[in-house]
Amino acid sequence: MTKLPTWADVGLVPLISLTLAALVSAGVLLAIGQSPMQALSVMVNGALGSSYAWGYTLYYATSFIFTGLAVTVAFHAGLFNIGGEGQAQLGGLGVALVCLALPWPHWTIALVAAMFGAALFGAAWAAIPAYLQAKRGSPIVITTIMFKYIAAALLIYLLVNVLRPDGQMDPASANFPAGAHVPQFQEIPILQGLFQRFGADGLPRLNAEGLPMYQQVPANVTFFIAIAACVLVWVMLWHTRLGYAIRAFGKSEKAAVYAGISPLRIIMIAMLISGALAGLMAINNVMGQAERLVQNSASGAWFIGIAVALMGRNHPLGIFLAAVLFGFLFQGGAALGLETDIPIELRTVVQGLVILFTGALDQMVRMLLGAFFAKKGAT
Amino acid sequence: MDFATFLQISDTALRFATPLLLACLAGLFSERAGIFDIGLEGKMLMAAMSAGAVAAVTGSVWLGLIAAIFGSLLFAAVHGIASITFRGNQLIAGVALNFVASGITVLIAESMFGQGGRTPPLEGAARFANIDLPFTETLATIPVLGPFYAEVLSGHTILVYVALALVPISWWVLYRTRFGLRLRAVGENPASVDTAGVSVVRLRFSAVIIAGVLCGLAGAYMSTGLQAGFGREMTAGRGYIALAALIFAKWRPWAALWATLLFGFLQALALRPDVVESMTRVAIPVPFLDALPYILTVIVLAGFVGKAIPPRAGGEPYVKER
Repeated sequence: MTKLPTWADVGLVPLISLTLAALVSAGVLLAIGQSPMQALSVMVNGALGSSYAWGYTLYYATSFIFTGLAVTVAFHAGLFNIGGEGQAQLGGLGVALVCLALPWPHWTIALVAAMFGAALFGAAWAAIPAYLQAKRGSPIVITTIMFKYIAAALLIYLLVNVLRPDGQMDPASANFPAGAHVPQFQEIPILQGLFQRFGADGLPRLNAEGLPMYQQVPANVTFFIAIAACVLVWVMLWHTRLGYAIRAFGKSEKAAVYAGISPLRIIMIAMLISGALAGLMAINNVMGQAERLVQNSASGAWFIGIAVALMGRNHPLGIFLAAVLFGFLFQGGAALGLETDIPIELRTVVQGLVILFTGALDQMVRMLLGAFFAKKGAT
Repeated sequence: MDFATFLQISDTALRFATPLLLACLAGLFSERAGIFDIGLEGKMLMAAMSAGAVAAVTGSVWLGLIAAIFGSLLFAAVHGIASITFRGNQLIAGVALNFVASGITVLIAESMFGQGGRTPPLEGAARFANIDLPFTETLATIPVLGPFYAEVLSGHTILVYVALALVPISWWVLYRTRFGLRLRAVGENPASVDTAGVSVVRLRFSAVIIAGVLCGLAGAYMSTGLQAGFGREMTAGRGYIALAALIFAKWRPWAALWATLLFGFLQALALRPDVVESMTRVAIPVPFLDALPYILTVIVLAGFVGKAIPPRAGGEPYVKER
């Protein structure tokens, strides 16, 4: 097989994989008698067409950045943290416990404390599979899946029997106190103008007190924390001794051991960081949006994180871009479900196809491109 | 728990264990040949939808069964092409296929029937009928075993008995035939099989196809035997429980039967919290019973009950030396 030039491997392969996934998705739409072009325009409009749409796209992207980074850190250590959804759910529990514990005076203090809770609970849930892998050789791929289901059962129990306030029917925690409300985009002074609402006459709409009204969106300050996390993960992986040890261990366990790197230490640290990042996702969806803990709070964001890590080639910059792309797919898919008679499940199919083509059939694309480049080199 | 309740729960347990057993045997063939199969869930779901849809349209459960096997094989083929031909990551291929199945089953069912992603309720010849085993009357007089035979073993659909029969058949194929020997060898050391002049690719594809057929049976049982029609996400993680059972059984056919029966029994118990409470005298939360199969599997994986050693070449694509 011909070795591809770096630009082709980093840029062209994901692009072609993505195109293939899009083509198959279009085929699926044609097969169920829908128009792919119409679907695309509804998706673009619904996910990018207004500040409201962007508010949702970036909200989803924030979650996917955290899950993508979590998958990546484990990947670099040669570990596939496939069941991180459990860690993300436990992170949600950590956030809920912190937010409900005190009448927080200011959101900044609440946010720092909740981040600590989220990371701690997420990391703790990753710690047992990590320890079993390092000490007893139990494959982490299976144990994290098992822990995902155990986490789901634990959360159902806690939500129904412990955290649910008296007299409430649905299995959810109480609403968080007002002091734990983190600013959403329309409440941040610099961004506020983008979300101002206008009446049919083109003039700003005013509320009863004569103040301008703003479109409410779920994207919140966590977005900036996610960007900071990208930078930190990048620094950690490529510019610290620990990052070097993690990557060396992931590339070749034997060589790493020979160089004096302890497998137990690296597996534990990599999985704790991965679990903490997974848990931090809860800042976005539990604290930033729902403002209470509900069942399935992580809802599939984990598997998208796997796709994001694959698309982003396990690099924080790539992950950021891929997360925005998947934010677009997620919000665009929701728009499809609302505005057309295409079921919302189409987005699950598209996500699955993107994972398939970028993660499992990437060799196929490389082989095809390899043949092309080999021919070009010969002439 | 009195004897009648025990029989009742055992009967439900056998029903619940059947799809687990079929999927577990599917995983057994695939993983013994060195192909990790996270995609059991997706294949079952696809098969359940295909069986439900075709049985609803044609009114014949047998055509539904054929459709189920076909639907499952389609996914198995993609898994095989991705993980054998193009040497892709088997785990990621499985995850991707689960995703695709979860969405596309609803898309197809919705575009065919427009009932919110369900297939119409099945009745009559569109479902598998319950079969009463012979001699239930005569054997009923024997204490304990007679009622057990009549209440638990008798009165299930044909697929339940097929699943039970597949346990010795799988054992025989894996341990007493040349094909089985080669299949196990290809999961341990593919290079040695290749050296002997046997095609690794062909063996692994056969294993993936067998897994596809078995998942097809499991899915068909879900929508035409256990329930009457397909509903979205109806497999509800059974593919992963089967995977857990496979590890619990340490990749052996007979142990797979006991593991899936145990997990089926736990699922049946989770439906009767009153029985559990009267037995243990403390309220055991239902979620704990739901989580028990996974907890048990982690304990086995941790090596506290013997050691679960997966096939050595599992998950690794085979690259022939040039």
